[in-house]
Amino acid sequence: MAESNLAEQWFPHLDLDSLWAATQETLYMTALSGVATFVFGIVLGLALFLTAKGGLFHNRAVYSVISVLVNVFRSIPFIILIVLLIPFTKAIVGTILGADAALPALIVGAAPFYARLVEIALREVDKGVIEATRSMGARLSTLIFRVLLPESSPALVSGITVTLIALVSYSAMAGVIGAGGLGNLAYLEGFQRNHNDVTLVATVTILIIVFIIQFCGDVVTSLLDKR
Amino acid sequence: MIVLNQIRKIFDNGKAPIAAVDDVSLTVEQGQIYGIIGYSGAGKSTLIRLLNGLEKPTSGSVLINGQDISAARGETLRRARLKISMVFQHFNLLWSRTVSENIAFSMQIAGAPKAQIKARVAELIDLVGLKGRENAYPSQLSGGQKQRVGIARALANSPDVLLCDEATSALDPQTTDQILDLLLDINRRFGLTIVLITHEMHVVRKICDRVAVMENGRVVEEGEVIRVFTHPQKPITQQFVRQVSQYAEDEAFNPELANDLQGSVIKLTFTGHSTHQPIVGELTLRYGLPFNILHGKMTQTAHGVFGQLWLHVVATEEQLNNILADLQRSDIDSEVIKHG
Repeated sequence: MAESNLAEQWFPHLDLDSLWAATQETLYMTALSGVATFVFGIVLGLALFLTAKGGLFHNRAVYSVISVLVNVFRSIPFIILIVLLIPFTKAIVGTILGADAALPALIVGAAPFYARLVEIALREVDKGVIEATRSMGARLSTLIFRVLLPESSPALVSGITVTLIALVSYSAMAGVIGAGGLGNLAYLEGFQRNHNDVTLVATVTILIIVFIIQFCGDVVTSLLDKR
Repeated sequence: MIVLNQIRKIFDNGKAPIAAVDDVSLTVEQGQIYGIIGYSGAGKSTLIRLLNGLEKPTSGSVLINGQDISAARGETLRRARLKISMVFQHFNLLWSRTVSENIAFSMQIAGAPKAQIKARVAELIDLVGLKGRENAYPSQLSGGQKQRVGIARALANSPDVLLCDEATSALDPQTTDQILDLLLDINRRFGLTIVLITHEMHVVRKICDRVAVMENGRVVEEGEVIRVFTHPQKPITQQFVRQVSQYAEDEAFNPELANDLQGSVIKLTFTGHSTHQPIVGELTLRYGLPFNILHGKMTQTAHGVFGQLWLHVVATEEQLNNILADLQRSDIDSEVIKHG
């Protein structure tokens, strides 16, 4: 009894059920958009790396197009990107409300960012190793899946860690305009009703999620790195 | 085996085109160890990369076992490369793979079945002397061990040709010798043709059969290692020969010091063919004369010993003539520096 009294005293407006539901929504948005960002980011990053000047398939036109697209979508402030993508979201998700509706904007916002990190990671792969692989008669698929990606894996993982943390914060922004999650809880329940305790708890929950992501990313990175 | 026909490779970076390889024609026989020596920028790195199609010649052709590598593209080139392996100065191992996995890599590329890869990797680990280090990562190996992995990886698909791109240049002298011994052993055991590039005459001396000297994209001198060593023609070749310090001219025999001696002084020149004859011992036994070695510089190469030896002996004119005749029969050049 004493404990619940204390909790009620310090956090009078906090509803644990809605906190849990909001946390799940945030995790859902981050995880799904994270997976899609990982895939698109690697594809775009590989395309950038291979078509860049001095790359294996140097192609100025392809490189320029991808590079400009990546730069444009990386530069638009996320809150504006969501608004700009409303027609697109409505067309493919069918609604502009809820966690699913946040996904297109999250992916479009984060994938270009991750693509640049992937490109940088791939550039760090030893040129000599790439040459050795070619000299052994490797196919492009072998070069990508057995050399480029494994040899850059620590940087790919630390890159996706940074990107996931950005996605947590993007998802909170999306929450404000109706996507649900902890951002929504902090804004609607906390800020607009002047319930500072709810804002505080939602913020702390987001921080915990970020710390966990960072910790897991660091562990995986160091496990992968055999250098 | 390998025929380079009037190869030219021009790098055109906008303003001034550079001829990295300029009209080079070479022939490497099956089972030979062929050295290409030159300073950095001489074009030897480009030349060796033409042999596996990593570079394409601007003109000329590269034939390996009759196949034109310079014209090969796509799948044809890929198949050809499975039989032309390369070993690198900086090893170029995948840090993300263990020793075994690195060696297996070239076989995976060739599409070999798993069981075969496993057996061959074990065999190669034994061959290159890395037993017990199978599961180590490259970062846990010394330079010499890394190069052993590089060599094992290159041998995995039983290639026809092994290309060595400054394979020992990043190693200390002792490790260099171990790696050279390994290469020589592989060459002798499997009859594997090896083409190596280097800037160290020591490497050429120790294992090569033939050598080409490159300068400014051109081959300025070419021939059997022993001949190039004993009779270097071009100044650059003489510089390289001098690298191996025991041939330095300033260390030559000083005849002034022999003036006071009674008897004759004979200079013997060994050019490799009389490899393992105990020539001084034989002469001593045959003539019952005490031969005194005044000065000498002898070097072992892949083709036997060469060098010079100055002997002092007190002998009659007749004995001396017989000795000279004996030496001639043994294929040793001799010259009487001072008559007794």
